[in-house]
Amino acid sequence: MVAFIIRRLLQSLIVMFVVALVAFTLFQFVGDPINQLVGVETGLKEREELRQRLGLNDPWIVQFWRFALNAVQGDFGISYQHKRPVTDLIVNRMPATLELSLISALFSLFVGVPMGVYTGLNRNGFLSKIFMTVSLVGISLPTFLIGILLIFVFSVQLGVLPSFGRGEAVLVGSWSTGLLTSSGIKALILPAITLGLFQLTLIMRLVRSEMLEVLRTDYIKFARARGLSNSAVHFGHALKNTLVPVITITGLQLGSIIAFAIITETVFQWPGMGLMFLQAIQNVDIPIMAAYLILIAFFFVVINLIVDILYYVVDPRLRIDPSAAHGHG
Amino acid sequence: MWLIRACASIQARHMGMADMKSPAPAPSTLQRMRDSDIWYSFKQSPITIAAAVVTVTFFLCALLAPWLAPHDPFDLVSMDIMDSFLAPAWSIDGDPRFLLGTDDQGRDVLSAIMHGSRVSLFIGFASVLLALLLGVGLGLWSGFVGGRLDAFIMRVAEIQLSFPTILIALLVNGVLRGALQIEQQVHLAYVVLILSIGISGWVQYARTVRGSTMVERNKEYVQAARVIGIHPWLIMLRHILPNVTGPVLVIATIHLAVAIISEATLSFLGVGVPPTEPSLGTLIRIGNDFLFSGEWWITIFPGAALAILVLAVNLLGDWLRDALNPKLR
Repeated sequence: MVAFIIRRLLQSLIVMFVVALVAFTLFQFVGDPINQLVGVETGLKEREELRQRLGLNDPWIVQFWRFALNAVQGDFGISYQHKRPVTDLIVNRMPATLELSLISALFSLFVGVPMGVYTGLNRNGFLSKIFMTVSLVGISLPTFLIGILLIFVFSVQLGVLPSFGRGEAVLVGSWSTGLLTSSGIKALILPAITLGLFQLTLIMRLVRSEMLEVLRTDYIKFARARGLSNSAVHFGHALKNTLVPVITITGLQLGSIIAFAIITETVFQWPGMGLMFLQAIQNVDIPIMAAYLILIAFFFVVINLIVDILYYVVDPRLRIDPSAAHGHG
Repeated sequence: MWLIRACASIQARHMGMADMKSPAPAPSTLQRMRDSDIWYSFKQSPITIAAAVVTVTFFLCALLAPWLAPHDPFDLVSMDIMDSFLAPAWSIDGDPRFLLGTDDQGRDVLSAIMHGSRVSLFIGFASVLLALLLGVGLGLWSGFVGGRLDAFIMRVAEIQLSFPTILIALLVNGVLRGALQIEQQVHLAYVVLILSIGISGWVQYARTVRGSTMVERNKEYVQAARVIGIHPWLIMLRHILPNVTGPVLVIATIHLAVAIISEATLSFLGVGVPPTEPSLGTLIRIGNDFLFSGEWWITIFPGAALAILVLAVNLLGDWLRDALNPKLR
């Protein structure tokens, strides 16, 4: 167990190292940072002095070491556009993105699981066929199009929900939340549905196929033979056994949700990290791009690590061959 | 793929046999196609036929857009600002000249969609081709050589796979655009898009091809080829490659749908095709600004076109996967 966790930790460290290296090479690739900092009329001599002072003449390995040390301490430099420390900007924007991601994950879980159970139990039911067709359409529609359609129906035609922004946010400590005001909750509905819809279809299809699988097993037959009621068999025995992969997938998808928030945040002008990252890409603001990349990688690595360890704890079969534990990418 | 190859080899054999005055004529290519399993399963599935018809229609419209489209959306002379914001032809203030209405500059929406699908499909195909070449090449090499190289390529693939495709595409896009000058960015927008979508999609191909290569590598015909001293590169390309390309066609079809969505998403986010030569995503982005003032057709029609195209390609991919899977017969 300890050896397994240590090995996974080492792997995560290597991933983080590679991502940091990629983020660092962004700086090397893209233009001269001095040009971003000074005006046109700055002389060559002053530029050279500034270059020396910022350590840009050092060998790249020294520069990378400095970059990594600063990144570990949460210092990603100063944004080219905003002329403010990147860390401040990200900390300001993070609550909006995390709230949106969490609510969409919960939405997809609490709607997706019942739909999956229903379609698994009534395979050929009329409603099941509708659910399956809708889910295929849901997979084919790009996220931004779903957002636009929702805005068109609920904001333009019906005029019941706001189409952009976050509503009124209140500060709880240093965390600005939109969950405590009615305008904040109203503003959250459409983006959360847009972001969660893809995950919802994924979870629904997963639960359905797992249910179909489990219902065929011997212990379900045995439970029926014991004369247990249908609901006890379905929910007490079958559903419980389908939930392990569902929880894993939801955990792994949480990272994707945070990344996909880029698109949803753009459609709804949601003031989160994703919108900032996109503006950074449009304006080639490297410090923000690098910081966002490292942060997202960190989220992914931590979530993957937790899921792997959970798997290891939950599923005793993995303890025989630990190398199979990271085969589900 | 295998079908065409089989036909070609049969034909070659047939011609060779004709020299030897063989009495039994082999069936013609057309005959063989009509008798094949694939054609049978195609005929059995009405949804697949519908999807194929839709896809072919889109391809034709895209290919022949300059001749089929009722108006030329790039010809500034033929556009009249007085024609701007006309509703679709069937509504009260519509104009019979413009079936699906016009946009803010008086461009015919139907013609813009036809030219837009041309751009979308071109970029989609080109990025699939790039990902395919990259993935099949690396997978073949990795599986054939094995050892350190294999471990390295597969680790890279695993790291890339743990991030969502769209995030990788956005990142590659940001780096490439950063490395270019502003005026180059417009000229090379296609290249940047193809590179970013292609690079973000190679992993699927590589993993599949590597797996089958590792199986083929130890088979007798490869050993025989080694024994008679054929160069390893030739063994890889002439002997193993034809035997591992089966699943690639299925991956490529599904990847085409993903690539079209990615292109539309990037263009919608404003880091894709410039508005001067719009793709479907760019059209949706342009139209999105007018959604609130009631001109819904500018964005909803391109959106519907995108959704239908992607759905059709997805359905074809699903069918192909099942039809080529011998276990499901």
